[in-house]
Amino acid sequence: MRAVSTIHGRAIPLGLKNVDTDVIIPAHWLKTVSREGLGKGAFETIRQAPGNPFDVEDFARAPILIAGDNFGCGSSREHAAWAMLDMGLTAVIAPSFSDIFSGNAFKNGILAVELPQDQVDRLLEVARTDPITIDLDNQIVTTPFQDRFAFDVDPFRKRCLLEGLDEIGLTLASGDAITHHEAGRAQDLPWLDCPLAVSR
Amino acid sequence: MASRPRTLYEKIWDAHVVARPDRTDSDDTCLLYIDRHLVHEVTSPQAFEALRLAGRTVRRPDLTLAVPDHNLPTTARLAPDGARLPIDDPQSAAQLAALERNAPSFGIRYIDAVAPEQGIVHVVGPEQGFSLPGATIVCGDSHTAAHGGVGALAFGIGTSEVEHVLATQTLQLRRSKTMEIRVEGELGPGVTPKDLILHIIGVIGTGGGTGHVIEYRGTVFENMSVEGRLTVCNMSIEGGARAGLIAPDDTVFSYLKGRPYAPQGEAWDRAVEWWRSLRTDEGAVFDKSVVIDAADVEPTVSWGTSPEDVIAVGAKIPSPDSFADPSKQAAARKSLDYMGLEPGVAIADVGIENVFIGSCTNSRIEDLRAAAEVLRGRKKAASVRWAIVVPGSGLVKRQAEEEGLDRVFTDAGFEWREPGCSACLAMNPDKVPPGERCASTSNRNFVGRQGPGARTHLMSPAMAAAAAVTGRIADVRQL
Repeated sequence: MRAVSTIHGRAIPLGLKNVDTDVIIPAHWLKTVSREGLGKGAFETIRQAPGNPFDVEDFARAPILIAGDNFGCGSSREHAAWAMLDMGLTAVIAPSFSDIFSGNAFKNGILAVELPQDQVDRLLEVARTDPITIDLDNQIVTTPFQDRFAFDVDPFRKRCLLEGLDEIGLTLASGDAITHHEAGRAQDLPWLDCPLAVSR
Repeated sequence: MASRPRTLYEKIWDAHVVARPDRTDSDDTCLLYIDRHLVHEVTSPQAFEALRLAGRTVRRPDLTLAVPDHNLPTTARLAPDGARLPIDDPQSAAQLAALERNAPSFGIRYIDAVAPEQGIVHVVGPEQGFSLPGATIVCGDSHTAAHGGVGALAFGIGTSEVEHVLATQTLQLRRSKTMEIRVEGELGPGVTPKDLILHIIGVIGTGGGTGHVIEYRGTVFENMSVEGRLTVCNMSIEGGARAGLIAPDDTVFSYLKGRPYAPQGEAWDRAVEWWRSLRTDEGAVFDKSVVIDAADVEPTVSWGTSPEDVIAVGAKIPSPDSFADPSKQAAARKSLDYMGLEPGVAIADVGIENVFIGSCTNSRIEDLRAAAEVLRGRKKAASVRWAIVVPGSGLVKRQAEEEGLDRVFTDAGFEWREPGCSACLAMNPDKVPPGERCASTSNRNFVGRQGPGARTHLMSPAMAAAAAVTGRIADVRQL
């Protein structure tokens, strides 16, 4: 995983709620076996509308996106996170995120920062003219003005992000515990291993 | 722990916790064991590639089942001489070929595109008895929630998590909050599980279940078939919940008994004994509780571009101003604009040009029977340009053909297709053209979901059949 600590820059003031992952990256872009190059299709339907915030020159390669409630709802496609990374986005600020998207964002080193609606509204206002800073270590979002908004982050995720840890490597280090669990499971719930016995 | 009353979700969770490694600072993120992993072509290639690059293997290929479904065309797959027909779209062909290569090279069981068991991964799992009560089931697809219908803890994951499960058979997860949705009473005539789940999403909203696992409880679910339960749990994700489940009971056990991967003999008896313990204890507390009266549920259809945008078929399209929340007002205006609809118009007056019966939500034998019953002896309206039925699996297709349902559909003017995800998500050739409307039994009415500019109205199979016959959204009870 990419290590992340502080993200500073312009923020695209999208503000929309219920931005689903079909909107972030439509299905016809998913016919790929790579994680690269998906930025071309990111937010395709929104970007087709003239005057959309993605087209504003100030926001080109902006690292932050500000959205409404329930960001990333719908399909589990991680292509949404890949597409955002590919267009230069490394953080999203919203009042809430779908569970699957927030996991996918984390795995790709994208910060999903949850803040109350009134603070998101304030950031939407600031974002039009000024940059925003997200400090993961201190769990705070700041603006060039007096705004200081604290946010929560799962301690495990925070550590992985700050240190750029390989989560699979971490889990594999618990290999003995997994083997132990499998032995208990074979004893107590043996039918869960049944597919082995089926000859097809 | 044993003394505290627990919910069904907590019981399954507790039985699968491997470890809380190395983290005294977070007591709710655990390493959770995964019993079943379903794999399809779209969300797996990057995971297999990453395994290869890291020199990692699949820990439990025996607990993994791969089947292509998402971008497989639903037209004929075999030439008259039995040869495999090529797939026109080179990108789709490459993605399908990657799965066909990856599965055997990692030792994973693979159901190929022309096998009789092939189908939509969420139809195949329960049908094969691969999905079992009390099991943890994952797949790189958000509609994995469906398997909660057999009493499993099942949820969708991203590709990095697919890779994590392949390599370790576990996931690092935080325990979710619990939510009870209780529906007592009896669904009225013409009201189906699909109408119920659409109604529920309308009540709780698309963010209503975020951070929660839903348990559906009450007499309506107790009396519901397994197919109906799969439909309800399937759309839990549209209510924001990563998983939804229903306590397993005799209905589930008789559905599973004898299926290829279901336990047999003594193992079956032991399994049933454990499965019977998988019920929420008396006195267990849910973090959130919603009660719905079954009598309030009408045949329900969507009018907007979010699955929470639903109304009873007899109702009028709402005015954006009728919503209290200003951001919802704005969203409703955008939705109506995209959908080309005016507030105040009866939804039943809205004409449709396309009908899609299929998807992991509604492509099981019961769904096809319900639609066929409406279509028997009738024809689709002349204004309906395109009507297709896509069975959820080859076995569903065969069963339907044995019952003569295929003839009912084709006589009514429908195309009878091969199994797959089809027009649910517009990544295979089955798409709804821009600006046209589709009466669809799928699960998402998002902007562009069924094709760029396509306008989706979600509904039950019986309602989709009624729409086909009348050429507009129609109350199936009045046909």
